[in-house]
Amino acid sequence: MGGDESMPVDSSSPVTSLVRRGRRSRRTRASASFEDRLWHVATRVAVSLPLLGLAFVVVILAVKAWPAIKVNGPGYLTSSSWQVGNFYGSIQHTHGVAHPQGAIYGAWPLIAGTLESSLIAILIAVPVSIGTAFALTERLPTWLAQPLGFFVEILAGIPSVVIGLWGVLELGPFLAQHVYPVVASHVPNVPVLRYLRGPVGYGEGLLTSGLVLSFMIIPIISATTRDLFRQVPVLPKEGAEALGFTEAEVARRITIPWVRSGIIGATMLGLGRAIGETIAIAMVSGSVLGSVAPNLYGTMTTIAATIVSQLDSSLTDATGFALSNLAEAGLLLALISIVVNLAARAIVRRSGRLMAPVGRG
Amino acid sequence: MSLVEDAARSTAYRRVKSMFFRALTLLALAFVLGPALWLLIGVAVKAVPHWSWSVLTSVPSGNGGGLENAILGTLVIMVGVLVLAGTLGVLAGVFLAEFVSINAKGKERGVVLRTAIDVLAGFPSIVLGYVGYVALCVGLHWGFSLLAALIILSLMVVPYITKATETALRQVPTAYREGAEALGMRTGYGLRKVVLRAALPGVVTGLLIALSITVGETAPLLYTAGITNDLPNWQLIHHPIGYLTYYVWTDWNQPMASLHYISYDASLILLVMVLSLLIVSRVIVARTQRHSESVR
Repeated sequence: MGGDESMPVDSSSPVTSLVRRGRRSRRTRASASFEDRLWHVATRVAVSLPLLGLAFVVVILAVKAWPAIKVNGPGYLTSSSWQVGNFYGSIQHTHGVAHPQGAIYGAWPLIAGTLESSLIAILIAVPVSIGTAFALTERLPTWLAQPLGFFVEILAGIPSVVIGLWGVLELGPFLAQHVYPVVASHVPNVPVLRYLRGPVGYGEGLLTSGLVLSFMIIPIISATTRDLFRQVPVLPKEGAEALGFTEAEVARRITIPWVRSGIIGATMLGLGRAIGETIAIAMVSGSVLGSVAPNLYGTMTTIAATIVSQLDSSLTDATGFALSNLAEAGLLLALISIVVNLAARAIVRRSGRLMAPVGRG
Repeated sequence: MSLVEDAARSTAYRRVKSMFFRALTLLALAFVLGPALWLLIGVAVKAVPHWSWSVLTSVPSGNGGGLENAILGTLVIMVGVLVLAGTLGVLAGVFLAEFVSINAKGKERGVVLRTAIDVLAGFPSIVLGYVGYVALCVGLHWGFSLLAALIILSLMVVPYITKATETALRQVPTAYREGAEALGMRTGYGLRKVVLRAALPGVVTGLLIALSITVGETAPLLYTAGITNDLPNWQLIHHPIGYLTYYVWTDWNQPMASLHYISYDASLILLVMVLSLLIVSRVIVARTQRHSESVR
């Protein structure tokens, strides 16, 4: 910077002053600015820290889960018993791993509960979200559609613990008193629908969990779908209408096929959230361990809900085997949601939307 | 084929079908709005009649008391996440948008980085909480502590900030960068003074969304932050810290009615905090989109 004086030119002319500025900047760049290097280093560190964190999490999880994996074997995935054993009894050793006598763990009820509740949520959320997106983009006037769309969008931000509170104290009891009994006594005894029959319980269970999950993922799916519908060009739609298509036919044959991959991607993102949801499910599922819900109203649990509700008591197991089993369950959950999320991103990447603002538990 | 079949059907049938479709879309909207209003109004109706402002200024005691420790604790956690996750997330977003090199085929590198960040974004929060407890609280002997909670929450929300920053930076026209360089600015200086300034609304929106997630989290905090009725004391380790979601999670099924009110009070405060954060972020987006030259 201090080298300007060496220039043998008249500095009063505007042209030479421009030239001088150009030279000055080139000279400083050659001397490799400190700020440039700081940016490069700082951003590189910043991008690698969370990834190291992720690797750290996976490693810790695997290390913690290893004793349980050794003892449980592959039967863990299909067995339905969840017995922590006698924490104060004698300690046994299997494959060199210490565990309390009578400890038998099987994750099938957790896996089934996770998949069933998420499936119910998706089955409800997808048609409702597509319908909502249509209502917001095609049916309602802008002055109404805009605030309503915003309202639906921010619903994604409602803390899941608040949704759980509402689900267990208001929605569940209401459904168990006024809706489930009516449904259960009127549904015919045929395959599939049979699961809607039987005792309806008190409102904590599989169907209530699925409904609560669907309320949590509808904002994600419907906001994305609405944005996608807006991107569908108007000409094909008008052309179809000119050919005599009704509104429903335009929707089914033009609009939805146009953005199908985006809708699938958004659905997978919603599925990812439903699978990992913890607190709301822990509140409304009824939290039974070791049994699969016999019908849609039965109490159940999910992998995530089990971890949050059992972590406290697993610390009582002096051998650490209960804690290790939760790590195995967590590893399983992580694998499922990683697969679902990667699939979702692969599909969604093409549509390139900013991630929806969602909490996860 | 099927198009022809459709056309062959009677117009009346198709018209009825279309009306049915119309009705279904409105029904779907009602199915979304109904429960949402039920929830929001339900919480307000339960919380407001018993509301007393002392909830904001007293700590929990016995079967009642207030939520001062939880409100302050949640604010402390927000500030911590803003500092930790905000710094990391914004810098990581800058890296992905500005410094990722182009490979020989002309495609951008960093696929692995982006995939890993996507994985982190979808990672189940309770699993993060479990690892935080096992590795930080127990493994490093921190005990239930603010720092463990901040690290775990930051891991959770960094992907959102990174994505928002990257998207915002990519929407800044290349001409801005070229202009900065033509004026003789160095890359870093131009980034700071021109490019980041233009991307600021998007970055702030990402931060606000991350904060709204932070406010509403329960599962990762239960086993990292622990709980205490004391006011937060800014100690990073060896001291648990209170937060609002804990009281919603534990007080609703206690026998005493006074604790149910605390549960609903905490819910109401949470809703007000989260919704105002999201509304502010939305207003920022709306304002800047009006002025930007290219609306996506």
